[in-house]
Amino acid sequence: MSTTISGPDAAEPVASSPVAAARQLPKLADPAAPLLVVDNLKTYFSLEGATVHAVDGVSFRLDRGEALGIAGESGCGKTTTALSLIRLLPPNARIEEGSIKLYGIDLVGKSDNALRRYRWREVSIVFQGAMNALNPVHRLRDQIAEPLTQRLGLSEKAARRRAGELLELVGIPKRRGGAYPHELSGGMRQRAMIAMALACDPAIVIGDEPTTALDVMVQAQILALLEDLRHKLGLSLILITHDLSVIAETCDRVLVMYAGRVAEEGSVDEVFRRPRHPYTQKLLAAFPNIRADRRTLDVIPGSPPDLRHPPPGCRFAPRCPFAMPVCTEVVPPEVTFGQVRVACHLYPPGSDGRQVTTAPPDAIGATVPLVEPPPAEPPLEIAGG
Amino acid sequence: MSSNPTPTGSPTPTASPRPTADEILRLEGLEVHFPVRGGLIDTLLRRPRDVVRAVDGIDLTLRRGEVLGLVGESGSGKTTTGRVVVKLTRQTAGRVSLDGQDVSTLWGTRALRDYRRRVQLIFQDPYETLNPKHTIRDFVMEPLVVNGIGTPAERESRVTDALEAAGLRPARDFAGRYPHELSGGQRQRVVIAGALVMDPQVIVADEPVSMLDVSIRTELLRLMLDLRAERGLTYLFITHDLSLAWVIADRIAVMYLGKIMEIGPAEQVIRSPHNPYTQALVSVSPTPEPRTAGERAKRTILVGETPDAANVPAGCRFNPRCPYVFDRCRVEEPPLFDVGGGQSAACWLAEGGRALPVLPPRPDTVPA
Repeated sequence: MSTTISGPDAAEPVASSPVAAARQLPKLADPAAPLLVVDNLKTYFSLEGATVHAVDGVSFRLDRGEALGIAGESGCGKTTTALSLIRLLPPNARIEEGSIKLYGIDLVGKSDNALRRYRWREVSIVFQGAMNALNPVHRLRDQIAEPLTQRLGLSEKAARRRAGELLELVGIPKRRGGAYPHELSGGMRQRAMIAMALACDPAIVIGDEPTTALDVMVQAQILALLEDLRHKLGLSLILITHDLSVIAETCDRVLVMYAGRVAEEGSVDEVFRRPRHPYTQKLLAAFPNIRADRRTLDVIPGSPPDLRHPPPGCRFAPRCPFAMPVCTEVVPPEVTFGQVRVACHLYPPGSDGRQVTTAPPDAIGATVPLVEPPPAEPPLEIAGG
Repeated sequence: MSSNPTPTGSPTPTASPRPTADEILRLEGLEVHFPVRGGLIDTLLRRPRDVVRAVDGIDLTLRRGEVLGLVGESGSGKTTTGRVVVKLTRQTAGRVSLDGQDVSTLWGTRALRDYRRRVQLIFQDPYETLNPKHTIRDFVMEPLVVNGIGTPAERESRVTDALEAAGLRPARDFAGRYPHELSGGQRQRVVIAGALVMDPQVIVADEPVSMLDVSIRTELLRLMLDLRAERGLTYLFITHDLSLAWVIADRIAVMYLGKIMEIGPAEQVIRSPHNPYTQALVSVSPTPEPRTAGERAKRTILVGETPDAANVPAGCRFNPRCPYVFDRCRVEEPPLFDVGGGQSAACWLAEGGRALPVLPPRPDTVPA
């Protein structure tokens, strides 16, 4: 990078930096293209001679200023999907097929070196464990300044000044910039991680379980901060989490993954209020909900398939209460109904896509009260109640 | 104080302090203060040592057969309380009694043998609890060996029973395996079996399902409740997740900075919290239901974080973050006021059983 970047423009306060629409696009970018389009992404791992189909044909799109939540349980491929975007993958993983188009530029064909241009500057990531992601022997301010000097070529002084502004932006007093990570609380560290992710003014910020290890009040603070920054800076957000409630609170759209594939995708309102895919229904019903009726939690029997040998047909079929013969043979196509895309044989192309709600009577793991009627020993009456 | 009856009914007199038949475990005036290790100079100058007041005077009773959810954020003292109950941490002051018998001064492996049989602990992380080099049988049998219980044949059969009770059936398929051969849910079942093998009456479960995926979580919660029904177990269920406590607990106690802020039947504590901290926690607990912008604006996102337990604020310890704070809160710590229906709240606004007033929007409660 030439030093011309460290002119007055680069030293401008981040809070007033141009929103995504007006930011300078990379060379070759098509201004008319959508921000991000992922098509049929397949990322496989080699593991002891076997191939793990971790991400197996995932497509989605992210528009400017939008927040997309990617949900699913451990091992469903949500993190691998996100890491594939900027190819922060372990050495035994490779992108087998598909395209990842940022402003119409396909990132899959890029060399690792060429991709460096996009990491942090176009797409940055906030990881879960801020204690592990931050360097314990460097002061906060210096860690945030590093990508600015390394990637944007700012002078040390300008980078430090901007680091201070970034800290203020995420709610850390500037004077705390001299602190080391261990001197900060978990919430403060996560704020610092967000400041780092914002350092190069990226178009897309990926949050990989950004609030999972935090207390609920701190989680609410961080989620409110992300939302605030999204509107202030015109960011697009990809939030990866196992916690559906976090997505319900913060995202516009949700992508539910199961065993490396998309089960259902659509607006948060539609998917959470009228889940179509049986997996989405089960997942939602298995979630404790403080605002709902107490003590009715669903069980999803069985466990996810071994992705070295994924079952033919629908991957959820072995655990699905609605499974039909076709489900174990044919991979369900992804069919779009209005705001929602769903991959399930209950909703074939040409059907009305109406939500199926009644479980067959022999459904395994159908919702039953978690607490059965009183056992032999009656539950205790509250004194004076 | 003017009386303003709550929706849950008029205040009732406080329950008698005498142990009743349905009470199994009681904590009275429990305090755990940890001295902060000062530097050499502090020691030489004989400066007074700071103390971390992890648990700062709590009374709690566990009723036979109930699940008491002990909820709090990091630094609330919930885990320390659990550790005192299983006698892994020594209290600074206060009494612990089991079945009416004072066990406060009972220490040492021998003296605690009987107590440890009756009160067991389940830890959070099944990955760290299980020794990777030991088989499942070794792990579950260990407490029997340590306590010299039974002949080898009896131990074997107790291990089998415990594994099967924890849902690892048939036990012989699991006993010889190593932890890495099991899934996360199965490991947590092994940990539960390790507690069951002693045939305890009380189980302290510290975040037993927090590491698990939702679909596995429900099965374990159900297992815990089934075991209660079969064996008459009593649980102290410690969690940071109010929604989980809501699902499993009969009563919920909310802790903040070493004190109990509110306690009562789960339904009442969640639906009509009488302490502002509980109210804020309920309002920010995320749910898998999208909220409208209007609903979200009603959340009370507290500013800042739980203060350092070495520096507990004067008066009500929640006052610096409380949206309702008034003068009295800054000087005088409120006791737990009975607000009716077995619910009590430590807040001056709850005195006389009053409900919390509707919160006026305050600029200083809006996060920066």
